Amino acid sequence: MEGLKDVILQYVTKEYLEDDSEPLNFDTPLISGGIVDSFSMVSLKRFLENRYNIQIPDDKATPEAFDSVNKIAVLVEEFVGKKG
Amino acid sequence: MSHIGSYEERIKNFSWSIAEKELGYKPGDVINIGWYATDRICRQGKAAKAALIHEGFSGVERRYTYNDIRLASNTIGAFLHGLGLKNEDRVCLFMDRIPELYLGFLGILKIGAIAQPLFSAFGDESLFVRLSNAETSAVLTQKKHVFKVRKILDKLPHLKHIIIVDHDGKAPLKEREVAFSLEGSKPVEDLECFPTKAESASVLHYTSGTTGMPKGVQHVHYSLISQYLTAKWVLDLQENDIYWCTADPGWVTGTSYGIIAPFSLGVTQCVLDAGFSTEAWYRFIEKNRVSMWYSAPTAIRSLMKGGDEIVKKFDLSSLRHLASVGEPLNSEAVVWSERVFGRPFLDTYWQTETGCIVISNYPGMEVRPGSMGKPFPGVTGTILDPSRNEPYPAPGKIGLVGLKFDWPSRMRTYWRNEEAFQKKFRNNWYITGDRARMDLDGYYWFAGRDDDIINTAGHLVSPFEVESALLEHPAVAESAVVSKPDPLNLEVVKAFVTLKPGFAASKDLDLEIMNFIRKKLSPLAMPQEIEFVDSLPKTRSGKIMRRILHAKEWGEEIGDTSTLENE
Repeated sequence: MEGLKDVILQYVTKEYLEDDSEPLNFDTPLISGGIVDSFSMVSLKRFLENRYNIQIPDDKATPEAFDSVNKIAVLVEEFVGKKG
Repeated sequence: MSHIGSYEERIKNFSWSIAEKELGYKPGDVINIGWYATDRICRQGKAAKAALIHEGFSGVERRYTYNDIRLASNTIGAFLHGLGLKNEDRVCLFMDRIPELYLGFLGILKIGAIAQPLFSAFGDESLFVRLSNAETSAVLTQKKHVFKVRKILDKLPHLKHIIIVDHDGKAPLKEREVAFSLEGSKPVEDLECFPTKAESASVLHYTSGTTGMPKGVQHVHYSLISQYLTAKWVLDLQENDIYWCTADPGWVTGTSYGIIAPFSLGVTQCVLDAGFSTEAWYRFIEKNRVSMWYSAPTAIRSLMKGGDEIVKKFDLSSLRHLASVGEPLNSEAVVWSERVFGRPFLDTYWQTETGCIVISNYPGMEVRPGSMGKPFPGVTGTILDPSRNEPYPAPGKIGLVGLKFDWPSRMRTYWRNEEAFQKKFRNNWYITGDRARMDLDGYYWFAGRDDDIINTAGHLVSPFEVESALLEHPAVAESAVVSKPDPLNLEVVKAFVTLKPGFAASKDLDLEIMNFIRKKLSPLAMPQEIEFVDSLPKTRSGKIMRRILHAKEWGEEIGDTSTLENE
């Protein structure tokens, strides 16, 4: 899973960050910080599922679990691990 | 003791003049919402009382007294006036929930201009159709959102000023842009409010239509009368309350009950401008000692998902009254809130067009979980038989929710679209577009929409608007958009799509189309599911039959298919 956090960070930056925004880091609050709203979280979840060929159950896709790149990486690793 | 006291007694003795007298308004007087919400409260000796407690994304808190909001709205009003903006000009607020949104709204009203709030998550296409239709003269925005305005500027000849409220000087201003800093401006002590009258236009909120583009719902300054009284009797706002309305002023709840009503009642309100998290919300209530909480079913269901245990980590004993708006509140949520907060969320029903709560549950009245409640005193409601457009002679049957269109905050028209406005009436009843039944005791029970509009998390999305945007994606040949049931948001957007030759369905294309709509329209309008199909059901004349797709999604009978192309 090398580069997992970088991949997520790049995707969030490209898709959700607006012009002139401060750059993100792995701990930047995404949901509580207003960068990704609860509806947009659905497309971020879809990206992760497509990219890593996993299924994240809706009850695991909570605003808290998606609130930073670090937290998302923990979630993805859990499901990638289960797959293996 | 609640303000409403006995609902039955209020019905017997009701007149809107109750609110007029309390506000010191007489028919024919000048009535300016901006003045009533700030200057009048200061004149009542409450200048030093907290009006707005604001917490931003970063956790930074800003506090404003009633004198502060009076001065700030004067300052913004004077700045706009200085740019040459005048009464009846449309001035858009395109901002996150920062203090300038609330204060700018009041400043716009003070100079007699028409406030046009738009949800800051709107994409450039959603923004364009609304600014273009209203021929908006100016936009108040933030540097993080200005790029969307720049994209469409060439197509907006009426837009003269783009006012950036947080310009830091790092990037140069572009064409038609001007910087404004509230904190860096000298406060304007005296601003002569424009002498608006009862029927002067005040607010323009855009709402989704089934077949056409969004329509501008035009409200007037006299709306204050029923926004004030409904907030007093339904939300039961009391002198010492700390009030939290979780709605964004990009939508009507956020202006009627997030700005106009609480400030005109002189209440302290708090605003949390941050994304949703269960813990953050409970912490906010605890920290601010929130006593009256007005929220939405999707948020309540999200809190329910967080479980009961987390509630025990916080001191929420300040809560004394809870209400909900935006979509039907399911009975489970009412029962849950009573268990964990010690009191039920009371459902309130209204629309952008009604301007204020028209059917509701009330403090002190028996709550029937899952019911919309009863009409507000002064509002006449009925259930119409759709085949005759007449009220059913007896309760019990599902029909159209109709209202006698005569309360102060009703919309006056759709902006430059009187034809669409007139279509909202049958036999002199205003047709809400919702279906419900009435029980023997006069309680209303929501049954569903009577059109194709999608209600997702309390926000209305037009399938027509999403379909039109989908067709602009290079891979999409045809599209049909319907609602799909969702346990959290009530409904979400689902799109059926046929592809142009040379394109193949794939997971990547699915995501690409989702993001295309999210950026072009808004995250709310983004289809949460896209189904690629070979063809769409159509009538013989070629019209797509959304009804069939909707029925499949909801597990309903498909009904008459005699006009179907391939039958």
